[in-house]
Amino acid sequence: MATKTTKTKEESVVLNNYESVIIFTPVLSEEQLKDAVAKYRKIITENGGELIHEENWGLTKLAYPIQKKTTGFYHIYEYKAPASFVSTFELAFRRDERIMRFLSTVLDKHSIQYNVRKRNGEFNQGKNATKQQEAKK
Amino acid sequence: MAKPQKKYTGSSVFNTTPDAAQRKKYCRFKKNGIKYIDYKDANFLLKFVNDQGKILPRRLTGTSLKFQRKISQAVKRARHIAVLPFTGDMIK
Repeated sequence: MATKTTKTKEESVVLNNYESVIIFTPVLSEEQLKDAVAKYRKIITENGGELIHEENWGLTKLAYPIQKKTTGFYHIYEYKAPASFVSTFELAFRRDERIMRFLSTVLDKHSIQYNVRKRNGEFNQGKNATKQQEAKK
Repeated sequence: MAKPQKKYTGSSVFNTTPDAAQRKKYCRFKKNGIKYIDYKDANFLLKFVNDQGKILPRRLTGTSLKFQRKISQAVKRARHIAVLPFTGDMIK
């Protein structure tokens, strides 16, 4: 894994940007959650992916109950990976009983830009953003 | 120009009151240069659903077709990850 070329024509693997949102069951302890999060982080890096960003929302209220639970731990991975990786990643999600729900999406150039700006805190001036942050604290 | 918009909440954004009906509708995404709609941002997406959680038609919101497609995609994704409810009464 010495050279990671993103988009050259010759034989190198094309890496796309993806984002996966995972909802873990609220019954996990803090350590169990850490383990689970670390496990998937490892899967990304071991399969030729490249982790860009991670976000943890902590225990969040769900809009509707899933598996009779009204809360869940949200975790978001943003990563670069070859296209074939997503299916293996999602297979791992399905096999894991700690995961209630997941969603993987491809990021286009606008969403990549949006995420970068979000990380830099450019949206925090707005009313909604500050409210959300306060709620998190 | 962009800022006073944020003050409105819910359906008052959309020109449903009689005096506002004559005002021309416009696509807020085109006007404000928004290119990506985040499906994880529940507060923003709430502007595009009604009290029952249904996606509002573009004839009410004035959104252009391009962005209406993106809104619907984003709302559906948000529902899947339980950021928005599928149905509900008075969800706002």
